[in-house]
Amino acid sequence: MKDHATLSEKFIADEPRTDWHDETLWFVREKRDKAVRQVPEWEQLREMASQIKDHSLSNLDNYLLEFETKALANGVKIHWAADAAEHNAIILKIIQHNKVHRVVKSKSMLTEECHLNDFLIEQGVEVVDTDLGERIVQFRNETPSHIVLPAIHLKKQDVSETFHEHLGTEKGNNDPQYLTEAARMHLRDKFIASQLAITGVNFAIAETGGFVVCTNEGNADMGTHAADIHVACMGIEKIIPKTEHLSVFLRLLARSATGQPITTYSSHFNKPRIGQQMHIIIVDNGRTKQLGRPDFRNSLKCIRCAACFNTCPVYRRSGGHSYHTAVAGPIGSILSPNLDMKANADLPFASTLCGSCSNVCPVKIDIHVQLWKWRQVLTEEGYAPTGKKIAMKGMAFVLSHPTIYRVAGKMGRWVMRVFPFIMNNKSFNPWYKQREMPTPPKQSFRDWYIKNKK
Amino acid sequence: MSSREKILAAVTANKPALTEVPSMKIDRASIDHTTAVQQFIKTLEGIGGKAIQVADIQVIRDEIQQLKAAHHYIVNTLLSLGEVNPEINPRLDANSMEPVYKTYIEGTIGVAENGSVWLYESQLVNRILPFICQHLVICLDVKNIVPTMHEAYQQIDVDREGYGVFLAGPSKTADIEQSLVIGAHGARSLVVYLV
Repeated sequence: MKDHATLSEKFIADEPRTDWHDETLWFVREKRDKAVRQVPEWEQLREMASQIKDHSLSNLDNYLLEFETKALANGVKIHWAADAAEHNAIILKIIQHNKVHRVVKSKSMLTEECHLNDFLIEQGVEVVDTDLGERIVQFRNETPSHIVLPAIHLKKQDVSETFHEHLGTEKGNNDPQYLTEAARMHLRDKFIASQLAITGVNFAIAETGGFVVCTNEGNADMGTHAADIHVACMGIEKIIPKTEHLSVFLRLLARSATGQPITTYSSHFNKPRIGQQMHIIIVDNGRTKQLGRPDFRNSLKCIRCAACFNTCPVYRRSGGHSYHTAVAGPIGSILSPNLDMKANADLPFASTLCGSCSNVCPVKIDIHVQLWKWRQVLTEEGYAPTGKKIAMKGMAFVLSHPTIYRVAGKMGRWVMRVFPFIMNNKSFNPWYKQREMPTPPKQSFRDWYIKNKK
Repeated sequence: MSSREKILAAVTANKPALTEVPSMKIDRASIDHTTAVQQFIKTLEGIGGKAIQVADIQVIRDEIQQLKAAHHYIVNTLLSLGEVNPEINPRLDANSMEPVYKTYIEGTIGVAENGSVWLYESQLVNRILPFICQHLVICLDVKNIVPTMHEAYQQIDVDREGYGVFLAGPSKTADIEQSLVIGAHGARSLVVYLV
């Protein structure tokens, strides 16, 4: 298993592309800022959203029961899945029971987390991803690199080649309008022929038993309204108490995500249409465990807007695939260690702890604080890399002994002056990678201060 | 123990102490009622749609007649605009509606801050209609434009029907290199007539 640093190295090998990725995501962050400035009550909305989510988590068992009761009364079938395997098995059962062959799916990070596509393909079921970005990465046998912009790691030339191969578009025609039109035609056929449509859930409302799905393309609606069966997959944390709370979240979500005032379609599903089956799968998959970790539970407030991705200096310059998990970026780095500490021990270290993520988070998750706390937990549990552990212990020792600190400083400056090749060597000094070492000062600040204090 | 019982028991065991639901009172609203209509028009244009104020609905009736004369498949769902298509019903499948060129439906509430319009399932007649048609026209009473989502949710009854949607502008995507393309899967254009 490769870690974030190793995978990033692959991503940044292409410097112009890295710069493009960095600048494009920063542009999305700027669009968010512009949208936010038009709402004077923005900070009040963030605080409200944060408190609604805190409250929902503090009463989650009752709200889940209320939601279930209402949804059942609306004619919706409810399933509960303890983990990813059970979630996938439930969907397969619905598919087999109804003798379904054609399945379409709109964007759902939960199904990515559960690796639903791989599982269904193994079972011989074809699933067509219908979000344009997701369809592109699906054709390429890749995974989404961003939860809102799944194909942000690709250039239009890449998409053009992929579509030429799979959809027979003109070779070398890189026009996004032309390529999108080709996908529209291709996917219309898939929608109309589909028998079962899978969607995610943005918000589930306890008081009504209904749920909301947001898209810009209209793919969730095309899929669900055409298919005979709608399966909606949600994590337990998607619950909010009342309909009126939707106003707060719908005002925050798209502005935080892309700078739009709202997504094109905010669809409210309450009951199946005449002759349709509607299923909701309520999934735990580690969420109750995270709920039991006081330092980390409020990561469950996340509404998946990806504002923290777009602002993160590390994400922008390392790409989503370096995070090797379904949800990348800062929020992914605090969610993933809960699922598997060993496999994701590198992620909380893939951050500068600058705090920009927490500043843009619409539900006020203290993301950078949790990154720092995960580092401590992972080190205590023995998952930190040995090199880092020794270096940290050494550092702690030096920093807590002033005399040793002064001697070490003097030695360091002397080594940098007399034997610069030792520091300017990537194998001895990983810090030297992609960086120049500074010129060592002649004296320490302390020496200078003693000399100049009169 | 079933997964349901296991999950609920784990939530009960692990949830934090009960906190208060916050008050939904907004101190400062960004838009007020006097500027709401102008704001709605401006916002909808900003997201790729168009809002047109019409004094007389005869303009829309004429438009429908002209399009029909040009042999486009037009679906009208409003009695006030003339003949309502009898073939459109909630059970009609997607395949039958795929050829629809333009659809005329009525909206309930317009939201100034984001250019969206609330549509009840009954107004769509068939859930897929406003998505599968190539072009969409919504007729909205200009008196029903509210400043923000807070007022919108106060005025609609979300669970009155099986389905409802806030629809804001034409279908769009920026999934290829962040270039905005109008007309992803849903309607390629949206006009809201304010009557």
